[in-house]
Amino acid sequence: MTVSKKIVLRFPPTLVDQPVVYRLVKDYNLSFNILKASVTPKEEGLLVLELTGKEKDYQRGIDFLSRLKIKIQPLSKDVTRDEDRCTHCGVCIDVCPTQAFVLDPKTKRVEFYKDKCIACELCIKICPPRAMELHF
Amino acid sequence: MKTISEINERIKKGKVVVTTAEEIIDLVDRKGLKKTSKEVDVVTTATFAPMCSSGAYFNIGQPKPKIKLGGGKVYLNGIPCYSGFAAGDFFLGVTSLPDDDPKNRIYPGEFRYGGGHLLEDLVSGKDVKLEAYGYGTDCYPRKRLSAWVNINDFNEAILFNPRNCYQNYNAAVNLSKKTIYTYMGMLKPNLGNAHYCSSGQLSPLLNDPYYRTIGLGTRVFLGGRVGYIAWYGTQHNPKVERTKKGIPKEPAGTLALIGDLKGMKQQWLRGASFLGYGATLIVGIGIPIPLLNEEICRFTTVKDKDIYTKIVDYSESHPSGEKSNLGEVNYEELKSGKITVCRKKVPTASLSSYSKAKEIAEILKSWIEEGSFFLTEPVERIPSVNSKVGFKPLKERPIR
Repeated sequence: MTVSKKIVLRFPPTLVDQPVVYRLVKDYNLSFNILKASVTPKEEGLLVLELTGKEKDYQRGIDFLSRLKIKIQPLSKDVTRDEDRCTHCGVCIDVCPTQAFVLDPKTKRVEFYKDKCIACELCIKICPPRAMELHF
Repeated sequence: MKTISEINERIKKGKVVVTTAEEIIDLVDRKGLKKTSKEVDVVTTATFAPMCSSGAYFNIGQPKPKIKLGGGKVYLNGIPCYSGFAAGDFFLGVTSLPDDDPKNRIYPGEFRYGGGHLLEDLVSGKDVKLEAYGYGTDCYPRKRLSAWVNINDFNEAILFNPRNCYQNYNAAVNLSKKTIYTYMGMLKPNLGNAHYCSSGQLSPLLNDPYYRTIGLGTRVFLGGRVGYIAWYGTQHNPKVERTKKGIPKEPAGTLALIGDLKGMKQQWLRGASFLGYGATLIVGIGIPIPLLNEEICRFTTVKDKDIYTKIVDYSESHPSGEKSNLGEVNYEELKSGKITVCRKKVPTASLSSYSKAKEIAEILKSWIEEGSFFLTEPVERIPSVNSKVGFKPLKERPIR
């Protein structure tokens, strides 16, 4: 069975110059899509990946990352909406690169489809009442 | 033909018929104008959008010994207020920022906490830090005051907005090659998006385009409780180009509103931050329109597709004060999510919340139906197309 998951990886400074993602491909047959990366020498690295492969390979790949002391979090938790603060104006809609916000033509309310969110954070500062929150 | 006192009599008896400005459209389509204007007494309109010309004035009461705020300095949660009044009064504007806010020095500035956020905190009952400095007089000897206060500690806390409720607004785009940060939001380069800000067919002044019923003294929904129209708003500009049905094709009329901040609701007064632009307040307003005759009823049936606005470039022509018009577009097109500008498909987004405006129109409707809100005869009319009131740019006379 194939699985595809979006995960947030945090690298300790010692690993920043290691070809970790290459190993995921070569040794564990996983394919990847980098959604966001922030890697600075001698600092903690951040990588947001969509990892796809056979369930068994995926689990082995995750185990490999854990052994390297890389912190792994699922991405889905990262951006949330404070439903009380959202005014449903819709200004986030054209800012989002993955169309995670959709204006419901009937209710005129803005729906947030979390599964489409890649946590690029563009909406966070754009939202006038600051209803979008980032969690690590 | 009906009068306002007849409508109020029907409110008292529980017989009043109220619809929202959205519902009236279908009703007239189904039943016709004549029948509907007889049957329906009131149409409720509303808007919920950022409105920078908003603020509030306060009276602190006097501590012992007394302090003269007038001519001194007043801060609430670090936000500078205007204190050029008598000893106990000051005014807070919603775009006011703490002195130590980096503003746009770190571009684009975030403006996380400004006057609008402070007003929201006060309305929600939070304690805020009052810091005041007076210069000391024989009758007001105190020079410094530092204390926690909340909205109930003030004698008066009055929301007073010099300009709200714009009758129509520009659709903003960016023709330049870089992202710009404006009061119309973040505009992407090369016509990357278009932003608009009006509740369209629900918008108060678009439902009464010549101000036949909305006037000075009109009782309204303001921030969750009753407020009043104090005056016409600043930059009120009735004599702009209009459609055949009288709907302005660009920003036109405005209203100045006043109401007791105590008792307003956080839900309808929201602090907001515009990246790279500043802090402001999102204000909820609802205005009833009495259907005194068929013509007034016909005006309230205005649909999104009847309301046109101009597409304006905010990278070059708007900031330089040059007239610009990249075409006209109606709100049905704007709300479809895509419009065509200079032969390019451009995604659209709104700054004004239609769903929240609809909620306000429903609340106002229920207030009238349950007999807790009565209509008012305007004390004075708002200047209309035949008046001398207008909006002009400053003719700069340099000081040499």
